[in-house]
Amino acid sequence: MPKHELILLKNMMQPGYTGSLADYEKTGGYQALRNALGKMAPTDVTAKVMKSGLRGRGGAGFPTGVKWGFLPKDYQGPRYLCCNADESEPGTFKDRQLMERDPHQVLEGIVLACYAIGAQSAYIYIRGEMVLGSKILEHAIGEARAAGYIGKNILGTGITADVWVHRGAGAYICGEETALLESLEGKRGLPRVKPPFPATHGLYNKPTVVNNVETLANLPHILSRGPEWFASIGSPPKSTGTRVFCVSGHVKRPGNYELPMGVTTRELVFEYAGGMRSDKPLKAFIPGGASAPFLTPEHLDVKLDFESVAAAGSMLGSGGVTVMEEGTSMVWAALRLMEFFYHESCGKCSPCREGSSWLVQTMRRIIAKRGQMQDLETLTDLCKNIAGRTVCAFGDAEVSPIMSTLKHWRHEYVALIHEADAANLIRPESAGTRH
Amino acid sequence: MTLSEKYKDEIAEILSRYPVKRSALIPLLYLAQREPGYVTEAAMTEIAGLLKLTPPQVYETATFYTMLNLKKVGKHHIQVCKSLMCALVGSDTVIGWLRTKLGIAPGETTADGLFTLSAVECLAACGTAPMMQINDDYYERLTEEKVDKILADLRTAGTSPLKSGPYMWPESAR
Ligand code: SF4
Ligand code: FES
Repeated sequence: MPKHELILLKNMMQPGYTGSLADYEKTGGYQALRNALGKMAPTDVTAKVMKSGLRGRGGAGFPTGVKWGFLPKDYQGPRYLCCNADESEPGTFKDRQLMERDPHQVLEGIVLACYAIGAQSAYIYIRGEMVLGSKILEHAIGEARAAGYIGKNILGTGITADVWVHRGAGAYICGEETALLESLEGKRGLPRVKPPFPATHGLYNKPTVVNNVETLANLPHILSRGPEWFASIGSPPKSTGTRVFCVSGHVKRPGNYELPMGVTTRELVFEYAGGMRSDKPLKAFIPGGASAPFLTPEHLDVKLDFESVAAAGSMLGSGGVTVMEEGTSMVWAALRLMEFFYHESCGKCSPCREGSSWLVQTMRRIIAKRGQMQDLETLTDLCKNIAGRTVCAFGDAEVSPIMSTLKHWRHEYVALIHEADAANLIRPESAGTRH
Repeated sequence: MTLSEKYKDEIAEILSRYPVKRSALIPLLYLAQREPGYVTEAAMTEIAGLLKLTPPQVYETATFYTMLNLKKVGKHHIQVCKSLMCALVGSDTVIGWLRTKLGIAPGETTADGLFTLSAVECLAACGTAPMMQINDDYYERLTEEKVDKILADLRTAGTSPLKSGPYMWPESAR
């Protein structure tokens, strides 16, 4: 893989770069804003973003320009932009770095998006645990406001875009865009039934766009260097640009690697992340955060772009790549993720609320060697009755660790159940005991 | 002292950010939690009054979020991430160390009220696992030695220089 150019991580990789306004301006920061506001029609900004092929970096991968285009054209009242900084998908830790190391890159993207969609207010909904990140952003907003990049009458253009940081308070589901809006309105973070979509009925029932941090950080670059440049990077036409891949698990050098979409997991793990931690073979990996189904070594050469990963039976999601070495129990790994989903189910709909509890109990029984063969049917049945039958996409996400490990490593489940049978033969009095 | 007496200006500033008052609810609950470490019933009633909500509406929101404490926690709230990515590289061992060193299980507080231990879900630091958060600060790439040092620092100074700064990992390009 030839060494490629960094886009989003470029500034922060410069020695001595602090992320201050002065440092950011020295790298050409806020030039895109200067060239766009009042000089380019908002619809032209949207057109450029559409042409660039930029797709959401939060998980769903929806085309950003198209999302903006859903806002009603003739609506006169207020519109809102929400920056989704609730990064909580296990395996994902890129937005934290983007915000803490180069906050103005994110802010410039936010103001550009506000301009394109006609929003005068933007809220950065940051996960509550990231206290340092919220302080850094607040400081950067202060600098940008003083310099006239944020607030009323930006750079004398008469355009207003105010930006506030709003801290969440610990709830994974608030990364789901309608739950985020509920939470921002001061309520429990329960996803809304869609339609209507946020584009028409969002924050305070007003037209709203919710975009992820990394998505927004791409905007200044798309506008300064042109949509054609952006669309030439990665796996055009459908997966353009770079991704900040978050590599975790059993590798020598975990961390954030910005690479063009379409890099393979083999390259990512063995050329960038230093290879396997203990030089044991790779057994399994998750290509896009906890919600993405597990893949096997057979899939190491699948390109990490939206279409290729989907074709392999998983999803690119948030770009969190978790690697597991030979010797890792897949039933254990699936249970760990299932416990996460069980903890984070918001409880609004019964398939997810009740189903997640059943799934955890059944998995725990199998791990504790008290399982029976029929538990595997129970797991499959439960998963089928959750996926596609819930208010939000969480339902599909929570079944993926179990469904995918059952598909590729069913023998590990079976082995645990056989051990349970053997134990019961030795201790007949405990046969049939269920907890 | 009531919250409005104590944080008059800050409350006004928070309210000015939102066109609809209720949006200030979580920020105000954080304010109420700042000093005592948890949200009291009196504070919730007062916040309800400030935002023209009923106390149950405030309670309903407050009980949804894990970071809003409704009962007292230790001075240093240690939260170790136990989700898969951290578990792959030893978070269960970290929890084991803390159990032994502090003599408490997750969910418990030491008798002197200094430490509360919790096992929590992913904190977006999986590349620098195993990790934990203590109050506002992250501590990453934990080793037993590091954990000892952090606990000693917190006991003596109330803070530790081992906490993370602005995140970057890996720290240099390849
Ligand atoms: S699927 Fe789960 S998380 Fe989503 S709304 Fe239903 S209960 Fe809540
Ligand atoms: S799994 Fe522990 S920080 Fe993400």
